[in-house]
Amino acid sequence: MEKKSLSQKLQEGKFVITSEIGPPKGTNIEPHLKEAEHIKEKVDAFNVTDLQSSVMRLGSLATCKLLVDMGLEPVFQLTCRDRNRLALQSDLLSAYVLGVKNVLCLTGDHPFLGDHPEAKPVFDLDSVSLLKAATDLMNGKDMMGNDLDGRPEFFLGAVVSPGYEPLEMQLIKMEKKIEAGAKFFQTQAVYDLKSFEKFMGIVKKYNVPILGGIVLLKTAGMARYMNENVAGVNVPERYISMMAAAKKEERSKVSIQIAAELIKGMKNLCQGIHIMPLGWEKYVPQVLEASGF
Amino acid sequence: MLYTETKSFEEIEKLIKQEESIFLLGCGGCAEVCKTADEETIAEIEAKIKETGKSISGKLIVDFMCSKHLLIKRLARYQELLDGCSAILVFSCGIGVQCAGAVSDRAVYPATNTISLGGFQGLWPGEERCAQCGTCYLGITGGICPITFCAKELLNGACGGAKDGKCEIKTERECGWVLIYERLKKIGKLELLKEIQQPRDFRKIEPDAKLRKTIHFDIDR
Repeated sequence: MEKKSLSQKLQEGKFVITSEIGPPKGTNIEPHLKEAEHIKEKVDAFNVTDLQSSVMRLGSLATCKLLVDMGLEPVFQLTCRDRNRLALQSDLLSAYVLGVKNVLCLTGDHPFLGDHPEAKPVFDLDSVSLLKAATDLMNGKDMMGNDLDGRPEFFLGAVVSPGYEPLEMQLIKMEKKIEAGAKFFQTQAVYDLKSFEKFMGIVKKYNVPILGGIVLLKTAGMARYMNENVAGVNVPERYISMMAAAKKEERSKVSIQIAAELIKGMKNLCQGIHIMPLGWEKYVPQVLEASGF
Repeated sequence: MLYTETKSFEEIEKLIKQEESIFLLGCGGCAEVCKTADEETIAEIEAKIKETGKSISGKLIVDFMCSKHLLIKRLARYQELLDGCSAILVFSCGIGVQCAGAVSDRAVYPATNTISLGGFQGLWPGEERCAQCGTCYLGITGGICPITFCAKELLNGACGGAKDGKCEIKTERECGWVLIYERLKKIGKLELLKEIQQPRDFRKIEPDAKLRKTIHFDIDR
């Protein structure tokens, strides 16, 4: 029996779990693939980040292809930071012929934030026009309306930040992403179930699957840093205290406990979760186990 | 010398479709020399607007709209007419449109595209900048430029990076899209954000031979 795709599972109403691989700065991809292999039974698809935090690394598309070869399902993260519209459309066609169907379309962080801050920021397209371009390709046309010889098929995704202020501006952009072809959303890290529930109540009308974002807390300092610096993230004081009270060797245990509490709370609110382990891939199985998966 | 061109009337008509009464504001500086803000051009657009059934509440050419004090002074004399309009259609470079937006509480729409500053620096002492993109977007952003105010030059709204209204690249830099959102909300034009904007046409940054052929350009030679 053929394995069901992420798109099919969402369509059938399965609560899906996606995780994330951040390709290394260099060629040493093996450990990352091993981590993925290790948790493949519990995870429906693996996002592969596109030079996350604007740091030059191994590419997302090549890593996605390695996952396809292993029989795993990747979600190709594609940002507008480094490629103009020719390169983006070409990479979309390349992804399809390499067996990569899921594409998460993002604007991308500014190069200023990464390890090549002198780089020219491209942003020829934005997340909305990238989704539209991918939709055009699926319809057999490029952005200029030229015919394609063979058309790709994609399951297009986008991101939304439920804790962003002003939220109304996020919602307007979310509507545009849906209009441009987004069929599922993954969210920024959620730590406050009450406000996430409120957000889900608002976006229910769009009738598009939402995968709630989970970022594993590593230390109390990390939580405070995110509260100070990361847009739309608000870690409640209770979780910060829990992390601060834990001894160094117990931190992962407490982090897993917090993530599990959030995931259990999300089960009845949204259509799946997206775990961003940020280097703590090895704890994903325990997080899922503690959450009842 | 600034190069501007008049937007097509279809484009102007689309920008002002929700408006009933329009105030026409032209700049007598570079835009007049480019023949995009001279009396003839303004009269031509005025006639076309009237044909669509909208009214013109007044019109004014200010010598240099990029001089903030001059603009505020000149507009003050026309306060009544400005109060009677629902929007201002501006015939100037992108700086002039942003200046009009900054000093009035009406919706502002550009009647021109700014293609190149051609060496000329404006006199506006504010933060507004014009990137001479050749596709003036100020009419859909409440008079705040998404090209120069957004670090990523985004056209479809903010990225997820701004925190407390500040840009992700520098905390002292305001997020242009948050400013645009707030301005549009204030003037009751939030629906302008909902339309998907097409990617920019980068061919438009190069002034064509026709635009370079102005009297001033010839004298310069």
